[in-house]
Amino acid sequence: MSRRRVVVTGLGTTNPVGGDVASTWEALLAGRSGIRHLTEDWAEELPVKIAGRVAVEPTEVLERVKARRLDRSAQFAMVAAMEAWADSGLADVELDHDRLGVAMASGIGGVTTLLANYDALKEKGPRRVSPLAVPMLMPNAPAANISLYVGARAAVNTPVSACASGNEGIALALDQIRLNRADIVLAGGTEAAIHPLPMAAFANMMALSKNEGDPTTVSRPWDTGRDGFVLGEGAGVLVLELLEHAQARGARIYAELLGAGITADAHDIAQPDPAGRGGARAIVRALAESEISASDVVHINAHATSTPQGDIAEGLMIHATLGAQADNVVVTSTKSMTGHLLGGAGALESIATVLALHNRVSPPTINLDNLDPLVELDIATKPRDLPLGDIAALNNSFGFGGANVAVAFGSF
Amino acid sequence: MASTEEIRADLAEIVNEVTGIDADDVQLDKSFTDDLDVDSLSMVEVVVAAEEKFDVRIPDDAVKGLKTVGDAVSYIEKAQAAV
Repeated sequence: MSRRRVVVTGLGTTNPVGGDVASTWEALLAGRSGIRHLTEDWAEELPVKIAGRVAVEPTEVLERVKARRLDRSAQFAMVAAMEAWADSGLADVELDHDRLGVAMASGIGGVTTLLANYDALKEKGPRRVSPLAVPMLMPNAPAANISLYVGARAAVNTPVSACASGNEGIALALDQIRLNRADIVLAGGTEAAIHPLPMAAFANMMALSKNEGDPTTVSRPWDTGRDGFVLGEGAGVLVLELLEHAQARGARIYAELLGAGITADAHDIAQPDPAGRGGARAIVRALAESEISASDVVHINAHATSTPQGDIAEGLMIHATLGAQADNVVVTSTKSMTGHLLGGAGALESIATVLALHNRVSPPTINLDNLDPLVELDIATKPRDLPLGDIAALNNSFGFGGANVAVAFGSF
Repeated sequence: MASTEEIRADLAEIVNEVTGIDADDVQLDKSFTDDLDVDSLSMVEVVVAAEEKFDVRIPDDAVKGLKTVGDAVSYIEKAQAAV
């Protein structure tokens, strides 16, 4: 039996640079940062006072009663899923809902709901803990709410692999369709962790930038002045569909999801392997599963969080895996504008990768004033055209715990 | 002491906040489950918010007996009078 091919037929997102796909793509091409000073009182006491809040509050989009029953991470997921579902055109198509699935990842889950209820417990007693706390804070709540919204009755999963989660959601969805367990899967990731506790924790582990300059200049992947990531929030959802199913209904196809590679470093709970060997194996596996060679890859949306070691290691793994082709690949970092969406990052960046292939243009990386001499990559600092013909692109995501996920998309 | 109508109106606001049901529909003769479609978790939220608003205690056992909006308003009136 020939392999089941999977294509991208719908996109949705809410993130620090845009409340939907169109405004996000416009902002990414324009090189506009979504990083701002936090205005909450609690930010005053923190060592880091900036983050990438979503450009459009989900309560402006979702119905009020619906929104109050969802953790912020699930609110983002619903906004993104509703857009992706409408974009796919599937809402108007008669479907076998037993063949419709969800793979919606999160790195941390409903942490703000958990902490708000703990505050209520301490300040007002157990009677004030919400009866909705558990269905709101459980990590699979975003996936479950999307399932309820579209009537998905195949597998509804929540992969968790820290900052690689969003990509893992896409990889899992690919498996579900390739293994003939589903024909359509809504896949992606979401995160809402801009709260003093996670921010203090990331700051104390020296992961966040402590740069106190203009917030829009602090996330600066591969620049010599980088000193850590900036926390973002938001979600991305891709509608992944069996090629025959998409063609039978005349769907618009953005790109093909060719393959994925998932590996673990087994090196350290937080630090990536400094040689990038685990990430390199993920890229090699993604290429092999995609049945493409290094010379087909013309664009990489890098993990590139703006940390001193991580950005160097990713450059090494790109050279180790693509060889001479590494010099011909246009590389970019979405995080230079959005900050790091943690479990949402892989999903938002896969959307950027898909749109780069679809529109044949790579968005720029901003704030790259002085390229680190240890990084030998062709990084787009302005929008850069991608070649015509059959081309492929990679999206890399790496997470605490040594998680590495590379996904490969092809032009269609 | 708040009047029956004042308690009903405040309770109606809580029901609206939790469930989105129009406050004008929350009348004394309406059943929470049959007329207003308030599910069990929402009912717990309404009760906890009412406890805070009216400074009363409504134990879980008592909640089962509150079939209508009127039942709840009477319970709150009696509980306030007992303080």
